[in-house]
Amino acid sequence: METEKEIVIDIKGLYKSFGNNHVLKGVDLQVARGENVVVLGRSGTGKSVLIKIICGLLTQDEGSVIVLGEDVKNLSYKKLEELRLKVGFSFQLSALYDSMTVKENIAFPLKRNFKHLSKKEVNDRVDAVLNSVSLLKTKDQYPAELSGGQKKRIGIARTLVLRPEIMLYDEPTAGLDPISSIEINSLIHNIKEEFSVSSIIITHDLVCAKTTGDRLVMMFDGVVQKEGTFEEVFDSDDERIKSFYEYNFT
Amino acid sequence: MEINTATKEKYYLSKRADGFFLNITDTSRFVLNYFVQLLRPPYEFSEIVRQCYKIGCNSLPLISLTGFIIGVVFTKQSRPSLSDFGAASWLPSLIGIAVFRALAPLVTALICAGKVGSSIGAELGAMKVTEQIEAMDVSASKPYKYLVFTRVTACVFMVPLLMLFTSFVAMMGSFINISSNEHISLATFIANAFDKINFLDFKASLIKSVVFGFTIGMVACYKGFNTTRGTEGVGKAANAAVVTSMYLIFIEELMIVQIIGWFR
Repeated sequence: METEKEIVIDIKGLYKSFGNNHVLKGVDLQVARGENVVVLGRSGTGKSVLIKIICGLLTQDEGSVIVLGEDVKNLSYKKLEELRLKVGFSFQLSALYDSMTVKENIAFPLKRNFKHLSKKEVNDRVDAVLNSVSLLKTKDQYPAELSGGQKKRIGIARTLVLRPEIMLYDEPTAGLDPISSIEINSLIHNIKEEFSVSSIIITHDLVCAKTTGDRLVMMFDGVVQKEGTFEEVFDSDDERIKSFYEYNFT
Repeated sequence: MEINTATKEKYYLSKRADGFFLNITDTSRFVLNYFVQLLRPPYEFSEIVRQCYKIGCNSLPLISLTGFIIGVVFTKQSRPSLSDFGAASWLPSLIGIAVFRALAPLVTALICAGKVGSSIGAELGAMKVTEQIEAMDVSASKPYKYLVFTRVTACVFMVPLLMLFTSFVAMMGSFINISSNEHISLATFIANAFDKINFLDFKASLIKSVVFGFTIGMVACYKGFNTTRGTEGVGKAANAAVVTSMYLIFIEELMIVQIIGWFR
């Protein structure tokens, strides 16, 4: 009999509106430790809003979001900061700090949160994480000098340096060429293996979903329509799910 | 699945009134947070010094030119009127009073609002629309303390220093103009210029500049932090930072002059 896995993210009855635009209309989602969950759906279905609520960047109107045993909505700012150190967020546009080099970008959250670390320790951790994304050679470059794929990898490295327990990826392959997309997909897979993190991957790229996800969640109109393995989700008569598949693979 | 309708928009007064009061609350919280951070070490000294350098040194050429021209032009324009009354020897005193009491603090603040305010507004606005501020937030890197506190503090330190520099350059401009028309030594010029200026004038100008510096930094950071709608929003944030701080500087100037008047 399979042992029950620890739930690291537990979302129940999540509602979120912006004015009269009801984005999330009762989302339920659970993520187990060490699991990669891919959230699929068309633009505007509230996928990014969902992960922004998980890390406390947005607050839900109704419902509960429990992350690593903490109710995100009711946390004090100090407690929320402690939780954020355990939850990495990779932004769609990488969000690298323009005025800093790659090395400074990665060292920035480390220096600000772990002031007891010596300069050598910071440098070692930066080098190690840059090595794990195979971009050690770019350490003295500025974000403007990097390609889209490199920026994404540095963005991921910047979150990994804090050694998070959970990773949230917002459209990790959006705007990348196929080769860079494959590199990012394999990086997400390696991160799961190497750092034993649980992840939520927001995407509408089915190759990314198939490669990186242990479980897929299909969202339409602010609700979860279907979830399961890749095959289970796309073995469907729902026209919207079928057209989503056909758009990607035909 | 049943769709919840309880999330329909509800207003306490009306959409506009609620928005207005929410805006005031949001702005007040943003400003008060500065004083909260002021009481919470550690401080980002290296970033404050970097910002002081950016704000101070980069503004020096424009400040120098403006101050010099104010000194020369104001002296040149005032001479005929004073000469008509045989009071040309009062020129240094007149220039001293005008520069120290009014022109230097106001002109420095307006130049800084234009140069520094737009730069901070655009920089933070660009960081906001490219999610860099959110990235700092989600990595618990305290963006307010790193971005806002350091910039506002640098403005509070540098605007008074720039004001003193403007005063000095304006007085030099005035001396050059006076000495080219009348035979007057620098020592006599300085003695005459400072004859009618007391410590209260000096203090008042410094206080004004500190208030102006705080206003410029705070308005620019607030506008940058609340930028929306992409690159168009960045331009608007930079523009709003300049216009709003200029309005506030004029209002503060009037209020401070009134208050100082009670102590004279």
